[in-house]
Amino acid sequence: MNATIAMITFRAMLGRKRALLLLALPLLLLVLAIGLKATGNDDLDISATVQQQFGLATLLPLLALIAGTGVIGPEIDDGQIMYVLTKPIPREVIVLTKLAVAIVLTTAFAVVPTLLAGLILTGTTAQLTPAFALGALVGGIAYSAVFVALAVASRNAVTIGLLYALVWETLLGSFAPGAKSASIQQWSLSVIDALTGASPVKSTVDLPLAIALLVVVTLAGTFLAAFRLRTLAVASAD
Amino acid sequence: MSTSTIHDIGYRHYDGRRNGRAYVLRSLYVHNLRAAFGLGRPARAKVMPFLLAAIMLLPAAGSVAAFAFTKEPDALFRYASYAVIMQVIVAIFLATQAPVLASREIRFHVIPLYFSRPVGHLDFVLAKGAAMASALFALMAVPVTVLYVGGLVAKMPDSGEQVLKWLGALVGCVLFALVLAAIGMVVAAFTPRRGFGVAAVIAVYMVSAAFVGAVQGIAEAQTNFTLQGWAGLFTPFNLVDIVQVRLLGAQSSSAGVPSGIEGGIVALALCAVIVLGSIAVLYRRFRKAGLS
Repeated sequence: MNATIAMITFRAMLGRKRALLLLALPLLLLVLAIGLKATGNDDLDISATVQQQFGLATLLPLLALIAGTGVIGPEIDDGQIMYVLTKPIPREVIVLTKLAVAIVLTTAFAVVPTLLAGLILTGTTAQLTPAFALGALVGGIAYSAVFVALAVASRNAVTIGLLYALVWETLLGSFAPGAKSASIQQWSLSVIDALTGASPVKSTVDLPLAIALLVVVTLAGTFLAAFRLRTLAVASAD
Repeated sequence: MSTSTIHDIGYRHYDGRRNGRAYVLRSLYVHNLRAAFGLGRPARAKVMPFLLAAIMLLPAAGSVAAFAFTKEPDALFRYASYAVIMQVIVAIFLATQAPVLASREIRFHVIPLYFSRPVGHLDFVLAKGAAMASALFALMAVPVTVLYVGGLVAKMPDSGEQVLKWLGALVGCVLFALVLAAIGMVVAAFTPRRGFGVAAVIAVYMVSAAFVGAVQGIAEAQTNFTLQGWAGLFTPFNLVDIVQVRLLGAQSSSAGVPSGIEGGIVALALCAVIVLGSIAVLYRRFRKAGLS
């Protein structure tokens, strides 16, 4: 960990009006939750649907994509990363710091709002809300690692990440059960499923397998990012 | 005030024919349309637009093949539903290409260079918007046409009805293209940082879809179909689909469509507001960017 790199990255991600963009998305989730509570639609099913469809399936991948690619992608693209790489700091430390920042941002803007929305809707009934918070947290860590690795490996990281999050996890998941099992979202759901007794949450992956895959994907993403950053070819900006 | 004059120091004037405003508009339009597909730029910029265009075509081609084999009319996608079914791909295309058109020049501060030439602010915005809309239209209309031609070749019954449906779907595609381009360009023009434009455009699409989806799902569970229909106005694909269903006679392919012709009129009016408002906002944005 390197405090200076972390600070610079935080400033790049949250500086000026960017924080507003990041803040606007979770705010909508909270508005929805408060609106549902006010109109009396706050049973367990609705709470689970909102947290799963809005929190886990939309907000989490989206924020992890913005944070994961945003912490390192723009710097690589416009060549500013050279000012960091030419300092006597190990590349692993740079990657780990960037990843830590991405995880903190994802947690702050996606996991915490999901937790708050759950608390507003159902409190802690059936352990549904804590389960979702924990599941979103482990999912957010895995997503962040994957997207940081993607940002180091490819210029089209954001588009590839979108294709994965939207097409693979959502679209193909509804046609091909095989594709559905190979998604971070399903592994997080498996963790949530194990932690809560609420019936609306169902996952297609066994818990030990899901945990193993989450750990493997996170570690693989981190190592790949560190490995790719060692031999980074810096091209001119387009 | 003393009378100051600009001295004529003998440079030769240009007295020839000027190509005029139409030429400027056309040049900007063609340039931006090519940029939308990465033409005239390195191969790296071409990968994503063409990959997404290919993904758009795949289900259409598969559906035509399935229809040719089975002769089941249901095997062919409905023309008007195609853009709604493939909305994720259209949204990703918009998210990746709108920043190419709307935020690259702002990011590198080169807008003043355009306006130092005889290019009007409005012409600049109109050319950019039209280029983005045309690119989106091509993305959606080509697979729809493939469906129609494929159905024609494989002897789809009621060819007269099919022509009408196909033309209706093309009008729908124009509307989809205009509304999506309007939203995408505005969002991209205000997020010049690399990568953020893409994320911001897709965020608008995903979050509006998730929000409306949640509201519609709960409204349906409570059999409140009025709310379910009107909630559809707040996400771009459902909004245009309402127009398609209520004014163009298509079958519904969205979760909620308000009943009666007035739903379609309200949706169409909202589309017009979005497009005109986007032109106004982009006009101000680019005029400001042209000063610095």
